[in-house]
Amino acid sequence: MPEARTAAPLRTADGVPLKTALARAQRRAKWRAAGLVLPLLLFILASFVIPIGQMLFRSVSNDEFSSHMPHMVAWFAENGDAEPDDAAWEALVLDLRQAREDRTIGLIGTRVNYELSGTRSLFTSTARKAEDMEPPYREALLDADEDWADPELWGVMRRASSPYTDAFYLAAVDRTRDATGSVEMVDENRQVYVAIFWRTLVLSVTIALLCLLLGYPIAHLLATLPMRYSNLLMILVLLPFWTSLLVRTTSWMVLLQSQGVVNDVLVWIGIIGEDGRIQMMYNQAGTVIAMTHILLPFMILPLYSVMRTIPPSYARAARSLGATSWTTFRRIYLPQTVPGMGAGILLVFILAVGYYITPALVGGTTGTLISNLIAFHMQESHNWSLAAALAGILLAAVLLLYWLYDRLVGIDNMKLG
Amino acid sequence: MANTSAQDAFVEFDHVQKSYDGETLVVKDLQLRIGKGEFLTMLGPSGSGKTTCLMMLAGFETATNGEIYLNRKPINNVAPHKRGIGMVFQNYALFPHMTVAENLAFPLQVRGLSKADQQAKVQRALDMVELSAMGGRRPAQLSGGQQQRVAVARALVFEPDLVLMDEPLGALDKQLREQMQYEIKHIHESLGVTVVYVTHDQSEALTMSDRIAVFNDGRIQQLSTPEALYERPENSFVAQFIGENNRIDGKIREIHGNACAVEIPGGLTVQATHVQGAGAGAPTTLSIRPERVLMSAGDQPVPGAIDGRIEELIYHGDHIRVRMSVAGNPNFVVKVTNRQGHQPLAEGSTVKVGWDPADCRALDPMSA
Amino acid sequence: MFLKKLLATSALVALGAAGAQAGEITVMSWGGAYTKSQVEAYQKPWMEATGNKVVSVDADNPATPIKPQVEAGNVTIDIADVEYSDAVRLCDEGLLEEIDASALPPAPDGTPAEEDFIDGALTDCAVANIVWSTIYAYDTTKFPDSPPTTMADFFDLEKFPGKRGMRKAAKANLEMALMADGVPAEEVYDLLETDEGVDRAFAKLDTIKDSVVWWEAGAQPPQLLADGEVVMTTAYNGRIFNAAVGEDKPFQIVWDGQIMDFDLFVIPKGAPNKELAMDFLKFSTGTKPLADQASWISYGPARKSSGALVGTFMDGKTEMAPHMPTAEANMGNALVNDFEFWADRDTELSERFNAWLASS
Repeated sequence: MPEARTAAPLRTADGVPLKTALARAQRRAKWRAAGLVLPLLLFILASFVIPIGQMLFRSVSNDEFSSHMPHMVAWFAENGDAEPDDAAWEALVLDLRQAREDRTIGLIGTRVNYELSGTRSLFTSTARKAEDMEPPYREALLDADEDWADPELWGVMRRASSPYTDAFYLAAVDRTRDATGSVEMVDENRQVYVAIFWRTLVLSVTIALLCLLLGYPIAHLLATLPMRYSNLLMILVLLPFWTSLLVRTTSWMVLLQSQGVVNDVLVWIGIIGEDGRIQMMYNQAGTVIAMTHILLPFMILPLYSVMRTIPPSYARAARSLGATSWTTFRRIYLPQTVPGMGAGILLVFILAVGYYITPALVGGTTGTLISNLIAFHMQESHNWSLAAALAGILLAAVLLLYWLYDRLVGIDNMKLG
Repeated sequence: MANTSAQDAFVEFDHVQKSYDGETLVVKDLQLRIGKGEFLTMLGPSGSGKTTCLMMLAGFETATNGEIYLNRKPINNVAPHKRGIGMVFQNYALFPHMTVAENLAFPLQVRGLSKADQQAKVQRALDMVELSAMGGRRPAQLSGGQQQRVAVARALVFEPDLVLMDEPLGALDKQLREQMQYEIKHIHESLGVTVVYVTHDQSEALTMSDRIAVFNDGRIQQLSTPEALYERPENSFVAQFIGENNRIDGKIREIHGNACAVEIPGGLTVQATHVQGAGAGAPTTLSIRPERVLMSAGDQPVPGAIDGRIEELIYHGDHIRVRMSVAGNPNFVVKVTNRQGHQPLAEGSTVKVGWDPADCRALDPMSA
Repeated sequence: MFLKKLLATSALVALGAAGAQAGEITVMSWGGAYTKSQVEAYQKPWMEATGNKVVSVDADNPATPIKPQVEAGNVTIDIADVEYSDAVRLCDEGLLEEIDASALPPAPDGTPAEEDFIDGALTDCAVANIVWSTIYAYDTTKFPDSPPTTMADFFDLEKFPGKRGMRKAAKANLEMALMADGVPAEEVYDLLETDEGVDRAFAKLDTIKDSVVWWEAGAQPPQLLADGEVVMTTAYNGRIFNAAVGEDKPFQIVWDGQIMDFDLFVIPKGAPNKELAMDFLKFSTGTKPLADQASWISYGPARKSSGALVGTFMDGKTEMAPHMPTAEANMGNALVNDFEFWADRDTELSERFNAWLASS
């Protein structure tokens, strides 16, 4: 009775409002449940949410220049994109001196060098001389190096003086800002990320589809074989799970390299000649073969768990109703395995998109994926901000895909096992 | 009842044997003829071979030996989808990703019927099972009884001459099951379709069938009308399996035509109908239905009466079950109809029991 | 290479537990024959002399873990062996301890360390130990009649067919490409400063791109040669020497167009055993240990006074002097790596190199 509820809240025999009494009665149980979940929540927070947040922060953080060049930051704040005046040149010299003393000049030079190549040594070498510079500073600086007059350099410094930047995201999609600040494509021979993102997408889809093609019959077999055979087969499927990823990848290298087992056998039985050895490793083929093998269980398990629940009577019913075995498969069996296929494809795809070790080992140059470039910027070039921006885009792409999947198939329809 | 003469057999199992492992036979030399329009039930305990026979007929299992004929054509090598047999499965096997109408249209689609024909037939089938309004629903949105009707409609919508039903009512509760028994029976009668029905529920078999084949141990133990099966079981398995039954082990003394005298424990001799081919001196098991036992407490005459002690009385409303010790059998049951003026019964008292020799059949001895 | 990284990491983890003991330092180097030479010439004598312990770990590039470790405030390496450009870059970014050159031991004849080390071997934060070079080497069994002799031959697929091994990096490859294209060594870096020069280098690399197997760790090139995966490969000269002389592999170095570089010891900022590390560094870069190292691998000592002490290889018969990058006969057409150029251009050229690799 809605009227009764609005007019006067129900009360217990003691006169306490019913809702209060209910909340009180359930409070203990709620606290206990929360207490049990708390450790996991904290763990996820510490090991997942915070690191990802830090990564995203780093992809837009721009403190190398802005926090070590205080006078320049102040000057840019006041004068915007005006021509550098005497105060600007003085600020520059003051900051260079301080940075040399603090040993932060390398950071500053590196940051500017990201956007304007060849300027790192300009900062480090000028800073060495800054100690002895005297006014007028403009002449002193230009005396040290003429490049200080370059308006493009001042444009980069202006952008670097703000604490946040989109420069790394722009770089991650092969774009940059010109001297006036408008976005343009980088030089054609330096464009790499968009192509690699695209390749990552295409290879991941290929791998997911290959896994589906290879995994579907196996999953079906698993789901329909008598228990003692299916258990054995299941162990074979799971065996790769228990073997080190590295071992599996290197075994593929042993098999597929041009002096490897497969080529040796082909030469031995005379299908190819000694100089006709097939290049199956250190290219896209290697990446696809090895990753398909490694990710196959992630396709088979969700498929299996769905197929196991489909009783054979459906197929029999369809056959008795006059359908050929192909029609039965297409119209009856296949549609019922869609949740498993969706889960498997999504799982394999998301894993493939972020895969690192296998393409690094067997991918050569044409089989490397975006994660290898992220690793390059983490380990070799030390441009962590760019690595974070690339990872951020990858994360966004996966979330977008997840959303699309939810819209098209429905996450509720996904069965993982 | 349909004509089942050899020329007219619509379905014929000819010396069919089936083995899964090459060591044991689950179907042993099956001979069975089913007439056109007949409602035949295969009845038996689980593992008796009845479902295997049905699956061989449907084409999902192949006979290891022998041949099955449908409409006088051998079908051992005909694929299931070319046999044109409708089938209703134990759990209905309605396609969960299709609506009811799509489920019904499926057999029509694969036969290449036009859209209009499909719609008309689907509508007619829905009307037949009184589910006209449910065409757009998914099977999961229907009750068990409704799903069952859809399954029946789907097996019939493409107008097959033969419909197989594999324990179709097993998942329904008792009340619904009885209702569906009548509905299926009516549909069978109105369409004139041949039905082979598999069940382990004897009351279902008795209610619906023209004839019943009782399976046990891979063989048909008896093939006859429900009435004959109940009234005149030919062996003690059938007697035991169909309806309630009292057993008394004994030995044949003399045989006079159809009748025989049997010696029972306690040294008494009773009269019975001689069924098995066994001669005098052979062991036998006497079989008497509980409702055919006559009881007398006092001076009312009962033919060939022997003594029985009342062990327990169980009140059932319309009748009273009386458990007695008779001739060494402590579970001898008598049904006493609860009519006005029936004789008073008391636990522990001894009464006379007897029967018409026509109601007591001397069958093969039961080992168990 | 990955395996090695993992081993290194697990060694570091194990160390975290054991590091509490007094008198133990962790030295990170490049692995393989090179690490072995350092263990034999520096670490064992130092351990004997002082009673301290050295834990030796390897990485593809020991400069790599320094930045993450210093930034995370969790430094586990006491000393790392790094390339020149990395030493300068890390120093500029304040990631290294400064090293006072005057504290280094003088030469046996009393020459102060500042004068005894060859030019450029001492920087604010690093002390060089060896001069090494990037060369290319070939499998002599593959070219029995007319072996390659010049840098141009490396890029000549017609005269010398077969796969090439090259390091998966812009550094050294661009210089070699220009030299192969006929640019004299002294003009290489000037030309690379210009867009035309870079284009020309990549154009030259293009001519062999499809035949290149890329390597990342220094131990890989001798392996690639030995496996027959390539017929010639760029490599660090010491690795080829050790495979050829130490393991009797049919490998031959081509010195034409060699690119010389220093390897330097650095101490990461906040190293857990800084004092001991400094002691080890002083000991290792002394005249005798530097000379001893040359008996284990064909890299030149960074001290002038060590030159005279260089003897024979550990096999007892191979004279080391002719196998040094600095040997007169090997210096005919040699390039000294320009660290400043790479400090400035590494980002841009690596990007371009990655883009070039990725395009097929």
